[in-house]
Amino acid sequence: MTVTTSNPEVLSELDRPNSYIGKSVPRPNLERLMQGRGLYVSDMELPRMGHVVFLRSPHAHAKIAGIDAAAARSVPGVIAVVTGKELAAVITPWVGVLSHLKGLKSAPQHAIAIGRVCWQGEAVAAIVATSRAVAEDAAEIVRVDYEELEAVTDMRTALDPATPVIHPSLGDNLAFERNLDAGEVDAAFAGSDAVVEADFIFGRHTGVTLEPRSVVADWNAAEVRLTIYQGTQAPHMVQNLAALHLGLSESQVRVVCKDVGGSFGIKVHLYADEMATYALSKLLRRPIKFVADRVESFNTDIHARDHRCLGRIGVRRDGVITAFEIDDLTGIGPYSMYPRTSAIEANQVVNLVGGPYVTKNYRARTRVVLQNKNVMCQYRAVGHPIACSVTEGLVDLAAAKIGMDPVEIRRRNLIADNAYPCASPSGLRFELLSHHAAMNKLMTMMDYDALRAEQAALRSKGIHRGIGIASFIEVTNPSAAFYGVGGAKISSQDGVAVRLDAQGSVICQTSITEQGQGSESLTAQIVGSVLGVSMERVRVILGDTDNTPYGGGTWASRGAGIGGEAALQAAKVLRRNILDVAAAILQSSSAELDIADNAIVNAGDGASRMELRELARIVYFRPDTLPPGVQPELMATRHFVPREYPFAFTNGVQASWLEVDTDTGFVKLLRHWVVEDCGTLINPQLVDEQIRGGVVQGLGAALFEKCAYDERGQLTNANMADYLVPMSGEMPDIDVGHVVSPTAETELGAKGAGEAGTAGAAAAVANAVNDALRPFGAVITEIPLTPQTILTALGRI
Amino acid sequence: MKAAAFAYARATSVMNALELLGAHGDRAKVLSGGQSLMPAMNLRLISPELIIDIGELAELRGIAVSGSIIRIGALTRHVDLLKSPDIAAHAPLLTEAIAHVAHPAIRNRGTIGGSLAHADPASELPACMVALNATIIVRGQGGERRVAAEDFFKGIYETDLSAQELLISVELPVAGKNSRHFFHEFARRHGDYAIAGLAAQAIVEKDAFTDLRLVFFAVGDRPVLARAATNLVNVTITPPVLATASAALGEDLDPQDDQQASASMRRHLAKVLLARGASALLGRPDLNAGGRA
Repeated sequence: MTVTTSNPEVLSELDRPNSYIGKSVPRPNLERLMQGRGLYVSDMELPRMGHVVFLRSPHAHAKIAGIDAAAARSVPGVIAVVTGKELAAVITPWVGVLSHLKGLKSAPQHAIAIGRVCWQGEAVAAIVATSRAVAEDAAEIVRVDYEELEAVTDMRTALDPATPVIHPSLGDNLAFERNLDAGEVDAAFAGSDAVVEADFIFGRHTGVTLEPRSVVADWNAAEVRLTIYQGTQAPHMVQNLAALHLGLSESQVRVVCKDVGGSFGIKVHLYADEMATYALSKLLRRPIKFVADRVESFNTDIHARDHRCLGRIGVRRDGVITAFEIDDLTGIGPYSMYPRTSAIEANQVVNLVGGPYVTKNYRARTRVVLQNKNVMCQYRAVGHPIACSVTEGLVDLAAAKIGMDPVEIRRRNLIADNAYPCASPSGLRFELLSHHAAMNKLMTMMDYDALRAEQAALRSKGIHRGIGIASFIEVTNPSAAFYGVGGAKISSQDGVAVRLDAQGSVICQTSITEQGQGSESLTAQIVGSVLGVSMERVRVILGDTDNTPYGGGTWASRGAGIGGEAALQAAKVLRRNILDVAAAILQSSSAELDIADNAIVNAGDGASRMELRELARIVYFRPDTLPPGVQPELMATRHFVPREYPFAFTNGVQASWLEVDTDTGFVKLLRHWVVEDCGTLINPQLVDEQIRGGVVQGLGAALFEKCAYDERGQLTNANMADYLVPMSGEMPDIDVGHVVSPTAETELGAKGAGEAGTAGAAAAVANAVNDALRPFGAVITEIPLTPQTILTALGRI
Repeated sequence: MKAAAFAYARATSVMNALELLGAHGDRAKVLSGGQSLMPAMNLRLISPELIIDIGELAELRGIAVSGSIIRIGALTRHVDLLKSPDIAAHAPLLTEAIAHVAHPAIRNRGTIGGSLAHADPASELPACMVALNATIIVRGQGGERRVAAEDFFKGIYETDLSAQELLISVELPVAGKNSRHFFHEFARRHGDYAIAGLAAQAIVEKDAFTDLRLVFFAVGDRPVLARAATNLVNVTITPPVLATASAALGEDLDPQDDQQASASMRRHLAKVLLARGASALLGRPDLNAGGRA
């Protein structure tokens, strides 16, 4: 595929000294972080700063009959104890709905519970003290009288008439329902040689960021302005919502977000305790710090997945898939999360099931119900792991039913690489995908036939290994179609400003944010490449609403594709401006000049004409020597938002090779492969790291991670000993390969890569486990695949 | 997640520590490696009034071999056990087991005395002590007591140690001629608490066990010395013999249910360990029929 651009040489001439696009250059922020000079909110100290601890409900559902904080208030060092009612004087409640998710409903949520708590972990009072330890001491002696209410915990019975309605004003516990019926599903099933059905169950899990959610809010009464230091993925969204609910204008709120110790979608939402922290600062007129501890992270960071999805697939004897059908159910906690809502994951499941395949016959229903557990919302690869596990699980079951190799059935049904542009049955538009090229590359990388032979040989020795394949599609570069059209003040465009400094260095301000993905690096790589400036001379500033252009931030695999394009376009303008000045100084024309290796050179022979620093010196200090009328403009700003496609879809395929100990139910991951297509690779090493990190989170979901609730709505494993995150000892080598189909919507051609790893990893593992267990006739469609689950399926316990 | 306020005393001698323990009893906690104590305090699961830090008591640290006895001071860290040539030569079961204790950062701080006094039923070292026939030496202001490891562990986090006593050291017999060992545990991730584990010490002569100590852990409220082992001593081990022992083991155990495993799964895994252990100790792959035995 050829990408037509107005300035193609910028992207193609990789042998130029400052061509960084496509190269694995080290991240510019590495030294700073490695030397412990990162700027994390959890390390911040401000004068007169108070530390807030939230007293949290031990009950999943209870009426608050009374709060007695007198003793706590008299503890030395305690600044204030604030209840929900008191805090409501400075902050208004919110409702997490979006208008394009038709029928989605939720109830007003307060920063601190008023009158009633709806999940174990909801804050009932804030204790502010001179230190976290003192605040914890005081929290222990706040007396709350609870009258326990019946908790709604099982999503399967949440809609039963006998089940209490959590928010009576809503009428029932159904937050959202979506139905889709495309093609001729009934006729397709009727015309199938086999129809296979399975109930897929996904455990609730969460992101477990290394640095917990952290906020320092600093209300400056003199300036009538609030500064929020927060580890967030979307500073301008925080600014907008903090202002809205505190009765301020956006100009009265500054959000600063420097280094962030991991986000994964956990930090793209606005949490009640964060809102409370802003409000406390305004109420108490001093800086207030909130850092979630690990237990409250488990109890309050959004959870995700937790779906039960009944899936059906129709297949003909020749391997042609005739139809998909799903009936999906998910429980999201007592409130739809703010502002992105808790219906997006279910909506994505409906959108994405069957996505890689040709069949147009697809019926889906999803229901999103309220329950008395922690809130659920978007976490890395929203909806994708569920859609992929259901789709790929069904495809493998269909293949087994008709006795066809899992790779062969995929090859017969994946959308052809020359069929684009096209659309899915749910209406998703695909610009250009590469399922078959990716599958071919995967087969070579893993040596599929040899692996099958090895598997067969080991079987005879009682060693049970499995191969699992999972093709997937991934939503990246979202336009306003994601949130903006639903009324959310979440920007889908991003802006970048670049300027040449007086010594020929470049300052670049971008609205995307960095939480470890490499946003700083890719921005500097693009700007350096376009400007002909070495990367160490490019300084990237991000994460400050006072000092960056307005934009969305980093989430939904959008930073490189959208923010990167803005950087490219801004740098092109600056380059043009620099060359115009250079032409004036050198009595040449800008067409005859170029910039390379920090100098103006002849476009023809590359001969150096003038250092950039010399040009900058003249512009800033001796403009009197420029020809009459020349007004140099050495700063340029550009914004970008995708306009042609609502989303830039990417695709890929993963494979897992593992061994199941059928005596113990333990799974050993032996190897994992990913081939993905995110278009232009800006920094291949960063892409590979993103993929591997994403795979590891997917493997965590497949084998380990689950927020275990009991029937009373108590989270029983809210600590790092009992909640099992994937660790290096259990991780296999992960090989990553690429197919490159750039998007033509941008000059850069980059799509997102942040979530592809997570999208398909669990599906590959589940398929591999079932492949290993095939001689035993056991099929497991539930994750995490624990030893207990496997032994039970094998009938061993 | 901050500990409640507590008083702190750094013991200057064992006698000083015992005086402090005598005065404060169960209101005080002894700080050794702190790998279980500090998290419990930070989670406010316990709030001792006084912490008695014994970290400076050099006399409690170290490994010494004299004659047929290995003496390990209570403050000896896991990492030191792991790297000790004396332990590798004379109690190789321990060397192997230590590698399963948590992670390097924890092994660098955690101590054998702390682990034994804490008596987590899922931890490795108490089981090893029972398998190795260790003697645990405790001292109070009234003097020293020697307790067989088998009698030391009383229940979940419960030992024979009184609130006024300090665990001083352990003594192990040097592994003799023809002795063999086996250690394995099933844990969800390397370094996690075991779901089921086996520490075994045996003497094998002419392809038969003449002595066999099978100690299962994480399948009861303390390390379980399996009586089923007697079925396997001084007999020719055949699959039916092993099956009898396995059935006896299943009846002996009374494991608990928790998030990681049900009681029946733990019982099943213990049987798998029995088969794998017997097979490995005798070098008889044919015996490893897993839980099918």
